[in-house]
Amino acid sequence: MTPDTDLHVTLRGVTKVFNSEQGDVHALGPIDLDLRRGEFFAVVGPSGCGKSTLLELLAGLSTVTEGVVSFEGQAIGGEIPEGVGVVFQEDACFPWLNVSENIAFGLEQRQTPATKRDELVTHALNVMGLESFAKSYPSQLSGGMRQRVCIARTLVLQPRLILLDEPFGALDQQTRLLMGEELLKLWRDTGATVFLITHALDEAAMLADRIGVMSARPGRLIETISTGWPVDRDSRIVESPDFGQVTARLWQLLREESMKSIGKGALRA
Amino acid sequence: MKWIGLLRLAVIFLLLAFLETLCRIGVIDNFTMPPPSRILLDLERMLSSGKLNSAIAKTLSNAAIAFVLAVSVGISAAVLIHAKRTLREALDPLFATYYAIPVLAFYPLFIIIFGLGSAPKILIAFMLGVVAVIVNTLNGLDRVPRVLLKSARIARLGQAQTALKITLPYAAPFILTGVKFAIAYALIGIIGSEFIMSTDGMGFEIAFAYNNFDNATMYPLIALVVLVSISTNMLLGIWERRILTRRGLQ
Repeated sequence: MTPDTDLHVTLRGVTKVFNSEQGDVHALGPIDLDLRRGEFFAVVGPSGCGKSTLLELLAGLSTVTEGVVSFEGQAIGGEIPEGVGVVFQEDACFPWLNVSENIAFGLEQRQTPATKRDELVTHALNVMGLESFAKSYPSQLSGGMRQRVCIARTLVLQPRLILLDEPFGALDQQTRLLMGEELLKLWRDTGATVFLITHALDEAAMLADRIGVMSARPGRLIETISTGWPVDRDSRIVESPDFGQVTARLWQLLREESMKSIGKGALRA
Repeated sequence: MKWIGLLRLAVIFLLLAFLETLCRIGVIDNFTMPPPSRILLDLERMLSSGKLNSAIAKTLSNAAIAFVLAVSVGISAAVLIHAKRTLREALDPLFATYYAIPVLAFYPLFIIIFGLGSAPKILIAFMLGVVAVIVNTLNGLDRVPRVLLKSARIARLGQAQTALKITLPYAAPFILTGVKFAIAYALIGIIGSEFIMSTDGMGFEIAFAYNNFDNATMYPLIALVVLVSISTNMLLGIWERRILTRRGLQ
């Protein structure tokens, strides 16, 4: 254990520049950020601001141009760190495997003993309400159900850091609220650090302990807002007046940045 | 959809009945072609007499070897080519024009090199099939969604593991199309070569029977080739339907 066990993930002067034939694109940064162990952190920002790029850096799917990203005191350098789970917006279910097999995929990779594996899969099926779909194939499930399978596939590996890239982006509003509630419950049960990217301000305001607001490209953190919600919250938090204030503050910060990003898009078109 | 299956059987049955009638009433004379019922009886007699069993075994085993080689080499090559962009770009024109080349024209050359055994025939059948497997596998590999590749990296899979556990399973329906081609080409390659020059095999026996006006051997052998080809394709069809149904594509 490192002495600063409280700090789970740190970013120091992180930038990302993409080199292309049309010239370099400065996508991100510089960004400094600390995630405390076990906190629920959400990121909102205008479209194209580099939110997903930020997540890919944390996941080790992409390397920083400058700066350092570290997880549990270890620098992440294009290597996928152990203990990190990722849920994507796109449907990442394996269509040739049934729900149980999808969830068991990572465990098989780790060569978890069969009895232990079955136990963990059954538990994950129960937690995600997928018991009666264990033998179904992804094509037989709704979008929300498929996303549950992906979340279960990630959770079953007991990650200490869970990265979610607009996981509910493709779902309808009611399903999103309920999935958000489930996510909160999972967060409490697992004690994992959660890093959620979303374009939905209400989703960020409802779920997170802290919300990082990003600028238009190149994405920087312009402000970090603490919501001050109790740990055992659920979607009914939207009824509280503080919720309105948090959402209003987010929009206040984002309105101008979003207009910049849309304006840029219009000029390009 | 049971009745569709029955309808399809009825179409085949009606065609055969039509042919049978033409043969029976003499529109097609028996010297040109015996009626289908006669062919079936001859086939039964031919198989039970066992005199052509070694020829049949030879052809089918050579076709099986060519098929297995085409599929295994084809899939492995596709994975390799898919991973190496420059290799892909170098080979694409070859794949695009490959089937304009009459591979059978190389048969005499291969006989000179390998002798008049099984090797040149297997090589011809392999060459006919392997590119169909490569092209179809590449087509499938091109369609693997990026998010699945990311998931593979998150699961810390190496290149070989990613191919075996993610990209090839995803591409399975496309690979299966290539596999079906490989079966057809294996039979075409082996039997075609046997026709041209050989000392044994079904193609040789068909040609031999033809030269000797031996309809009682020629037609049953042709029928057997057709039966083998259709039944293997139907077996693959069952597998294909299962894969497609799982994915909600059928």
